[in-house]
Amino acid sequence: MAIDKKTVEYVAHLARIELQDKELEKLSSQLHDILGFIDKLSELDTKDVLPTSHILPINNVLRNDQPGQSLTPAKALENAPSSEGNFFTVPKVIE
Amino acid sequence: MELHKLTAHELIPKLETKEISAEDILQALYSRIKSIDSKVNAYVRRQNDSSFRDSPQETGTVPITIKDNICTQGLNTECCSKILGGFKPPYDATVIKKLKAAGLSIFNFKANMDEFAFGSSTENSFFGTTHNPWDLERVPGGSSGGSAACVAADEAIWALGSDTGGSIRQPASFCGVVGLKPTYGRVSRYGLIAFASSLDQIGPITKDVRDNAMLLNIISGYDALDSTSINTAVQDYTKSLTNDVKGLKIGVPKEYFVEGMDKEVEGALQEAINKLKSLGAEVKEVSLPHSKYAVPVYYIIATAEASSNLARFDGVQYGFRAQQTQNLIDMYKKTRGQGFGDEAKRRIILGTFVLSHGYYDAYYLRALKVRTLIKQDFDKVFKDFDCIIAPTAPTPAFKIGEKVSDPLKMYLSDIYTISVNLAGIPAISLPCGFTKAGLPIGMQIMSKPFAEEMIYRVAYTYEQNTDWHKSKPKI
Repeated sequence: MAIDKKTVEYVAHLARIELQDKELEKLSSQLHDILGFIDKLSELDTKDVLPTSHILPINNVLRNDQPGQSLTPAKALENAPSSEGNFFTVPKVIE
Repeated sequence: MELHKLTAHELIPKLETKEISAEDILQALYSRIKSIDSKVNAYVRRQNDSSFRDSPQETGTVPITIKDNICTQGLNTECCSKILGGFKPPYDATVIKKLKAAGLSIFNFKANMDEFAFGSSTENSFFGTTHNPWDLERVPGGSSGGSAACVAADEAIWALGSDTGGSIRQPASFCGVVGLKPTYGRVSRYGLIAFASSLDQIGPITKDVRDNAMLLNIISGYDALDSTSINTAVQDYTKSLTNDVKGLKIGVPKEYFVEGMDKEVEGALQEAINKLKSLGAEVKEVSLPHSKYAVPVYYIIATAEASSNLARFDGVQYGFRAQQTQNLIDMYKKTRGQGFGDEAKRRIILGTFVLSHGYYDAYYLRALKVRTLIKQDFDKVFKDFDCIIAPTAPTPAFKIGEKVSDPLKMYLSDIYTISVNLAGIPAISLPCGFTKAGLPIGMQIMSKPFAEEMIYRVAYTYEQNTDWHKSKPKI
């Protein structure tokens, strides 16, 4: 599978990462090489193999619905680059 | 007495008889760090923190050094990334709570690492490269390079690292120390800043096998805050340090001894195998036929999970935010574009690509299926064998800068460690020799899920009958 500059630019947008032109150039060629290497997997017949998304046989871990301790608003906001009152602040969302 | 050179099991009796105090150990470490860390750079030096000062530290018993991706309440935890600059966690990771409950003091400087644990050389740290204490022109391995280097250079008594594809074992091998990746689910991941959640495990990096078992005793166990931690009994791992491998069946995978492996590494492994045979173990060749697919599978699954986990770094809740932005989306893009390093961007974009519409089946789903085949290879071998022995890395520590411009070449340095994470099994790396140039070589011992006691038994027996772990770098 080939990956071109346009695809990388599109995927970077999906990942919300702004790339400089030089980065875009370099990344496209590196990702092209990496995907070429990854394509080795297509030589295997995996039609009847079940996927493993989790290695141990556990599922649906539930806990009792009991109130516990959580962070206070002040504590939760301590690391925020910008906040006001009990809120995180961000640039304007609606024009 | 040079306390910084001792192991925890040597220090604890001295503390108990009051021959020394916890403060004595801290002072020995500070003075060691002041004299050599400007060369090794095993510890993170943050802004306004250009020199190490003896900042007041709560004294417990033996201090422990923590990798920069494990949350320590009130103590900077930045994953060695610009984007998490200044982050002081409002809570302790479960392993930190357990260490404190056991009376250990959390050392107030964190260990250097590749940004977000993305790397095999610690060259991807925002705080600069860590240097290998055995040869300062070489890498310490990664991503837990700071943790391994500070233990090797006696700048720490012991340390915690994390291992997603070899990030504890490969640096342990390059630095000549002992590092264990526990079974997936053995140690709680709560408070470990996530890279690839189905692969990540926290584990101990120590000067010898006994310290390693003692540390695993402390950090293991079920935790309701990590729903993937497993509720099985935790053994006292020090009980498996028995110096006896008679009758044990050990497999050596033929696929691991192929071209690309350094001749000196191969020779050291062969000698280690002979040593275990002479101690009474039964050693036979085994096959893990899907080994060659482990690296491609890993770079799909690990990057896919990373692209999702790292979505949280958006300039809103913590860390760095780019200035002069037009709107919310622009703020996200500029923050992440300026805040992440090259390797982080590469992995997030690759992970987003393999999950994106039209490519999911061809890449991600196929990788999950091949992961099944890799796991089945191990299941088959462990029906007849107690453990598997292999090299930890195909080469000793490489030169700084040697692989940094070729990501694919760098990824291949994890060729022997990655399968273990994909299969969820435990594995240790311990010293098994040196190259002619004096670089450490590591041997890996793997076993079935939750068979850490078997790994410690074989590792301890080998260590008791060799002297490799007693060598120290001259620095």
